[in-house]
Amino acid sequence: MIRYFFTRLAGAIPTLLIIVTATFFLMRAAPGGPFDQEQTLPPEITANLQRAYGLDQPIWTQYGRYLKSLLHGDFGPSFKYKDFTVTELIGQGFPVTLQLGVTAMALALIAGTLLGTFAALHRNSAADHATMSLAMVGIAIPTFVVLPFLGLLFGVYLHWLPVAGWESGSIRHLALPVIALALPPLAYIARLTRAGMLEVLRSSFILTAFAKGLPLHTVILRHALRPALMPVASYLVPAVASIMTGSLVVESIAGLPGIGRYLVQGALNRDYTLVLGMVVIYSTLLIGMGLLVDLLYAWLDPRVRH
Amino acid sequence: MTPTLSIDDLRIAFSHRAGSVEAVDRVSLQIAPSECVGIVGESGSGKTQVFMAAMGLLAGNARATGSVRFEGRELLGADRAALNRVRGSKLTMIPQDPMTSLTPHLKIGIQLAEVMVAHLGKTWSDARSSAGRMLERVHVPEPKRRLNQYPHELSGGMRQRVMIAMSLLCEPSLVIADEPTTALDVTIQAQIIELLRAVRGEFGMALALISHDLAVVAGLADRILVMYAGRIVEAAAAGALFRRPRHPYTAELLKCVPSISGPRSARLPTLAGQPPRPGEVLEACPFAPRCSRAAERCRVERPQLGGPAGAQVACHFPVSDD
Amino acid sequence: MGAFADEAWQRLRSNPAAAAALAVMCAILALTWFGPWISPNDAHTLDWLHLAAPPGMQSSHWFGTDRLGRDLFVRTLAGTRVSMAIGLAASVVSLLVGVTYGAIAGYSGGRTDHLMMRVIEILSGLPLIFFVIVLTVIFGRSESLLFFAIGAVGWLTMARIVRGQTLSVRRREFIEAAIASGAGTVRIIFRHVVPNVLGPVIVYATLTVPQIILFESFLSFLGLGVQEPGASLGTLISEGAAEMEAAPWILLVPGSFLALLLLCLNIFGDALRDALDVRDGSP
Repeated sequence: MIRYFFTRLAGAIPTLLIIVTATFFLMRAAPGGPFDQEQTLPPEITANLQRAYGLDQPIWTQYGRYLKSLLHGDFGPSFKYKDFTVTELIGQGFPVTLQLGVTAMALALIAGTLLGTFAALHRNSAADHATMSLAMVGIAIPTFVVLPFLGLLFGVYLHWLPVAGWESGSIRHLALPVIALALPPLAYIARLTRAGMLEVLRSSFILTAFAKGLPLHTVILRHALRPALMPVASYLVPAVASIMTGSLVVESIAGLPGIGRYLVQGALNRDYTLVLGMVVIYSTLLIGMGLLVDLLYAWLDPRVRH
Repeated sequence: MTPTLSIDDLRIAFSHRAGSVEAVDRVSLQIAPSECVGIVGESGSGKTQVFMAAMGLLAGNARATGSVRFEGRELLGADRAALNRVRGSKLTMIPQDPMTSLTPHLKIGIQLAEVMVAHLGKTWSDARSSAGRMLERVHVPEPKRRLNQYPHELSGGMRQRVMIAMSLLCEPSLVIADEPTTALDVTIQAQIIELLRAVRGEFGMALALISHDLAVVAGLADRILVMYAGRIVEAAAAGALFRRPRHPYTAELLKCVPSISGPRSARLPTLAGQPPRPGEVLEACPFAPRCSRAAERCRVERPQLGGPAGAQVACHFPVSDD
Repeated sequence: MGAFADEAWQRLRSNPAAAAALAVMCAILALTWFGPWISPNDAHTLDWLHLAAPPGMQSSHWFGTDRLGRDLFVRTLAGTRVSMAIGLAASVVSLLVGVTYGAIAGYSGGRTDHLMMRVIEILSGLPLIFFVIVLTVIFGRSESLLFFAIGAVGWLTMARIVRGQTLSVRRREFIEAAIASGAGTVRIIFRHVVPNVLGPVIVYATLTVPQIILFESFLSFLGLGVQEPGASLGTLISEGAAEMEAAPWILLVPGSFLALLLLCLNIFGDALRDALDVRDGSP
C-alpha cells in the first residue's frame, strides 16, 4: 500500500513540473508586458521597473529564480497590487476558498450519495423520479445562474440569508455560495451513486448477504456501498475541478475574498505573477486530489493493491 | 414430527413486459429433520427458484403463491424481519458460484463473523474465534491467516469451503446447497462432496442438495426429487431411483451418466430435443415431445404425482410398469 | 442505419420529457428569430423615460428595461441568439477537430495513436478555465481567443469517442478491401471510416452543444468573453446580478432563458443517448 502511494507520487511530480514550466514560459513569451496597459511610461522608468521585477534577465535565469523561490513558498510580487506579494495575497485568500471548496465538496459527497442510494432503493417510485429530475436541473443550470437566483429568493425576498459579503467564520455568509457551488457535483454524484448501487445490488455477493439474514442497512452500508461508489471515486477529480471553476464565479458574485476572485482579477489585469501563482496552487491541488483518489481506489477495491 | 421444510402447491411466475412466465408449477415437497434430499433437473427446471422462494430471495418481478413452511412457520410473504430471524441462522444457503458469492472488499473473517454477531449476539472477537474453528472443521488450512485475507486471495475450492463454513455457523436445521460443485474443478468436486458428507455426519442437519448432475446427488441423498419444466416428475428413495427409475426422463438421465466400467468407445447417449421454454403452460405432460413412450393421453392430460410414498411418479406410462 | 434510426425515433417519441424539451427548444428558437419583429423596440435604443422599469404590459417593454433603458425582451433574445450562434459554431469546430483527431489516431494505431492519446489525457485533467485565463493574460481579451477557447471544450471527448469507434471499424473487412485496392489513407478515412462512426458522434455532439453554450456564458459572465456592447446571455446575467436587489427582472429574464435552454438541451441529449444506446437495450 505504501509502495503504491510512492509510485503514484513519483509520477505526479513531473506532471506538476511540466504545468508550471509551460505556464511560466507561455506567459513570459507573450507579446506585451505587464506594464503595457498603464499610460505609456518614460523608458528609464520602464527599465527600472523591469530591473526591479527581474524582467531584464535572460529567460532561463528568470525560470531558475522562479523555481527556487517557489520552493521557498515565494511566488513573487504582484504586478498589479503593488503593495502585496503574491504569497501574501494567496495567504489571505486561500483559507476562504478552502473553506468554501471543502464545505461544498463535503456537501456534494454526503448529500449526493444519500440521495443516490435512496433513489436506487426506491427505484421507479415517485421519489426516485423526483430526485433524478432535480439532479438533471442541478447539472444543467450553471452556478452563476443558480447563485443569484438563490440570493434573490433567500436574500432579497425572504431575508433569511445575506446575499453577499463575508465575515470570518460566518456560516450565514457561506450558506448560499456553498449550496450553489455544491449543486452540480451533487447532482452528478447522486446519479452515479444510483447507477452504481443498482448495478451492485444485482451482484451475487449481495444475494449472499441477504441470504445470511443480515438487516438491510448492514447489507447496504457494509456490502454494497463501497463497490457502488467506484464510479463516484472516478468522478472525484473532475468534481474538484468543477468546484474550482465554480468558485471563481461564486467568489465574484458573493464578494468572497478568496483566491478565485484574485485569479479572475489577475486575468483581467494581466497580472502575470498572480496568475502564475494561482495556476501553481490549483494544479498542485488537482494533482494532489488525483493521488488521494488513487489511494481511495485501493481502499474501495482491495484487488487493485495487488 | 413437523417436517423441517414443507412446501405446498408452490407456483412462481415472473412478470415481464410481454406477459407472465411460469417457472414453478404447483410443486409440493417435504424435507424431514436430518434428511438429505437431492433435487435434480436441467437449468430452467425451476429447482433453484423453489428454494429462492423459501429464502425470500426471489427477484422483484416474481409472484409466488402457495405455502412454504419452515419448522412450522410460514415464510412465503413473510416480512423482512421475520425472514431475517430464520435465514442465515437456522435456514442457510450455499449459493451457486463461490467465485462471485463473497464480497470482494471485506475480509473473510468479517464475512463469517457477521453472521454470528447478527444472529447470536456474539461479540466480534468471539465470533472471529468461532469462525476460525469452523474453518478448521471444513479443512481450510491455516484458518487464522485465511480470516485476514480477501476472497480473491483464495482458490475456488477454498472459497466453497468458506461458504460451507458460513452456512454452518449458527447450527442450522436445513442447509440448501445450490449446485455446490458446478463451478469447481473435477478433482475439487469430489473433495467438496466428501466434505458435505462429513459435515452432515457431524452436524446432523437436513440438507437440500440441488444439482443438474445426478452423480453429485447419488452419494449423499436419502431421497431424490426429479424436476422438469417447473414440476416434480419423480420423487423416490435414492436407491430405488437408481435401480428402478419410473419416469422416462429419469431413465434417460441415468443413461446419460457415463459409467467408468462401461465400454470406452461407446458414444455417450444424449437426450434429443429441448425442455419446453418456461412459460409454455401445458395441460399435458411437458416431457411428451421427447418421450419415447408418449401416447395421445400424454399430450392432453397432465399427469399427477402419484404412487406409494418413496416411489412417486408423475407419468401416465411409468417405466417399471412394463 | 435506417432500421437503427427508426427504432431510435420510436424510443424518443415515447419519452414525454424529451418531447417536451424539444418543443420548448423550438419555441425558444422561434422566439429568438421572430421576437424582434413582434416587439416595437430594438436592443440598443436607450429609453430615458423607462430606466430600470419593471416588466408589464402597459409600456412596450414587456420584460422591463435595464439600467440604461434598453428593452430587456429584445436584448435577451439578441443575447440568446448570440449564445446559440457561438454555441453551434464552436460545436461544429470542435466536432471537426475532434473527429479528425480521433479518426487519425484510431486509424494510425500504434505509437502515433498512443502519443495522441497521451496528449488528450494530459489536456483532460486540467480545467479549461485556467487555460483560458492564462491565455487571456497573455493575449488580452479578444473575440478570436474566445472562439478558440470555446471550441476547445468539446473536442477532447469527441476525439476519444471517434478514436474508439475507428479502432473497431478499422479491422472490418471493407477497410481491408479498400486498402488492398490501393485507396489513399486520407480517402479511406473520410469516405469509409467517418460515415460509420457517425452514430455516437451525433449523440455526443448534442451533449457538447449545451456544454459549449454554458462555457461561453461562463466566460462572458466573468468578463472574459463577449464584450460590450455586444450581449450574450452571460453578460446579461452578469448585469442582472449586479442589479439584483433593486431590479430583479434584469437578472431573472436572461437567467431563466439560459436555464431553460440548457435544461432542454440536456434533457434532449440524455434522451437521445438513451434511445441510441444499445447497451441499455431492453430484453
